[in-house]
Amino acid sequence: MATLELANIVKTFDRTTVLHGIDLSVSHGEFVVFVGPSGCGKSTLLRVIAGLETPSGGDIRIDSQRVNDIGAAQRGCAMVFQSYALYPHMSVYDNMAFGLENLAVPRPQIQTKVQDAARLLRLEDLLQRKPTQLSGGQRQRVAIGRAIVRDPRLFLFDEPLSNLDAELRVSMRAELRELHARLGATMIYVTHDQVEAMTLADKIVVLRAGRVEQIGAPLELYNRPCNTFVAGFIGSPRMNFLPAALVAGQVGAPSLPAGSHTIGLRPEHAELAADGPLQLRLGQVEQLGASSVLRGTVGIDTPFELVCPGQTTLRAGDTVPLALPVPHLHCFDASGQRL
Amino acid sequence: MRVLAFLTRTRGRQRLDWTDWLSYLYLGVGLFTLFAPIVWLLMSSLKTESALSQFPPTFLPYSQRMVTVAGHDKPLPLFTVRQADGSLRDMAQLRRIGIMATLVDPMQPQQEMRVNINDRKPVNELTFAWGNYTDLFAKFSFGRYLWNSVFITVVATLLTLLINSMAAFALSKYQFRGQKTVFLLIIATLMIPPTIILVPVFLVINSVGLLNSLWGVILPAIATPTGVFLLRQYMLTIPDELLEAARMDHASEWRIYWKIILPLSAPALAVLAIFSVMWRWNDFLLPLIVLSKSEVFTLQLALNSFQGELNTQWHYLLAMTVITLVPITLVFAFLQKYITTGIASAGVK
Repeated sequence: MATLELANIVKTFDRTTVLHGIDLSVSHGEFVVFVGPSGCGKSTLLRVIAGLETPSGGDIRIDSQRVNDIGAAQRGCAMVFQSYALYPHMSVYDNMAFGLENLAVPRPQIQTKVQDAARLLRLEDLLQRKPTQLSGGQRQRVAIGRAIVRDPRLFLFDEPLSNLDAELRVSMRAELRELHARLGATMIYVTHDQVEAMTLADKIVVLRAGRVEQIGAPLELYNRPCNTFVAGFIGSPRMNFLPAALVAGQVGAPSLPAGSHTIGLRPEHAELAADGPLQLRLGQVEQLGASSVLRGTVGIDTPFELVCPGQTTLRAGDTVPLALPVPHLHCFDASGQRL
Repeated sequence: MRVLAFLTRTRGRQRLDWTDWLSYLYLGVGLFTLFAPIVWLLMSSLKTESALSQFPPTFLPYSQRMVTVAGHDKPLPLFTVRQADGSLRDMAQLRRIGIMATLVDPMQPQQEMRVNINDRKPVNELTFAWGNYTDLFAKFSFGRYLWNSVFITVVATLLTLLINSMAAFALSKYQFRGQKTVFLLIIATLMIPPTIILVPVFLVINSVGLLNSLWGVILPAIATPTGVFLLRQYMLTIPDELLEAARMDHASEWRIYWKIILPLSAPALAVLAIFSVMWRWNDFLLPLIVLSKSEVFTLQLALNSFQGELNTQWHYLLAMTVITLVPITLVFAFLQKYITTGIASAGVK
């Protein structure tokens, strides 16, 4: 368990600046997820925290102790890499024991710790195998086991599920959440998958181009995204954006706050209503059984997506009136900031 | 059975395809040209001194049969004599003067007979002169030479692997100023033939007082550009994440090198080990200038010293040549699979 504070972290490679002053504080036992599109600097930020990269500016504090000049090993972090980075020539047992051996932990103690971690991760029968003889999910668990045995203050995960197939990813996600509950350790997790972020996180940090866009609990980000980027990134399917001008002139349209430039409405909140102010021309209808996805355009070719519960008789080519429920509307100004 | 099936594979199902003829011809010629000299050497090394000087030479080691005759201390050489009536008879030769030889029947030692040497032919039999080999150990300090060669080869190979892999680790896994320059300099030394630096090397060895010491042969060549290059290229394929994971695991840089990098470079190390053993075992020039006392001679130098100014003891020379071939052959037989896997894995992953 540990707290982590980042103050104005800057990282430059040669002439490109990858991180522009990141501030963040993580409290004991929190599960924080860094999310953002690829190239946003989330992995670099994680590596800076781990000590694998040195920041060009700013302070990193773990448990209020400044660790900028402390090496990766001494920071008390454990990292799970995207490629797992298991030592291919060592057995599962040796992989997990390697870190403890380096710390000169007595042999019997190593054995109990590795056995405990193996039991926790259901790896007991695989301890003598080599990593190449394991499936993707098993390798993943070994990588996590290697992190657990050292009782680190801070767990760092770098897109650990991205190499797994969709089904395994869902079950590993559940296992990770369970693990966090059981260990109660502070964890930092990097992903580009917003579903992973929503399901795992206590706190999500949305990054774009080396800057923090918003920090908050998953539902906070979903309900009150602070700008169009976060609004578009969090939530699936993506939020619809309509120009305010399109809505403002229509009969029956809700009154918008002054300065509104763009209006956001999530597909699952949009409604079809006979007295709606907009007309949706349907281009595609997807029947999923439990729900239906309607895709089309409003106004002059503004794409719009709508998810309605149950099954529908509508077909492509139909034009239907669209209502804009006021409580679910998100209004943004010209620079994309929430009003 | 599987070996036979492997060796007799053909392209044509029923009869031999023309490509089969060509390949077997090619393989046959190759086998003969490469292997015949070795077999000839092996056979010759088992011949007696006199059999070696025989003309025309024989393939198998023949030597004249000797018999003991009552009344004579030493065994006498046996000949087949053509008698006046045309019949043949085996007789032992007592002495020979000019073209006349005095022979005796081993059964009747009293009856001596004088025969023209053209009327008698030696009785040859297949004998292996193992003495060529056993004498080496008895007459010469062969064990000493063998030990010197083995010591130089083993120690130099171990040191070469250690030094070269450390250099390769630094050049492949660390970022530092001048990294490229250092690497290029090392590679550039490949362009300088070792004979050119022979005199400077001699002067250096002399000034540090390593003349006539085995270390004087071992030390000058433990860092090889070929080895550094080979290992560096292989180590580049080891993912950096493994090193980072090890660093997170509290491993010191030395432990990363020793526990992660070295085991994972095993195929490349095996290739370099084979090369190094071959270089060191067959090396002649450097030992020749460094070692001048016979107690520090390597096998190659001892071989050279057998070739005297006036006479050469060919039977010992050949036996010793065979012995010097054995270790290299063994190294190849046991490590050859690493050569192929090393080359293959260096290319693919």
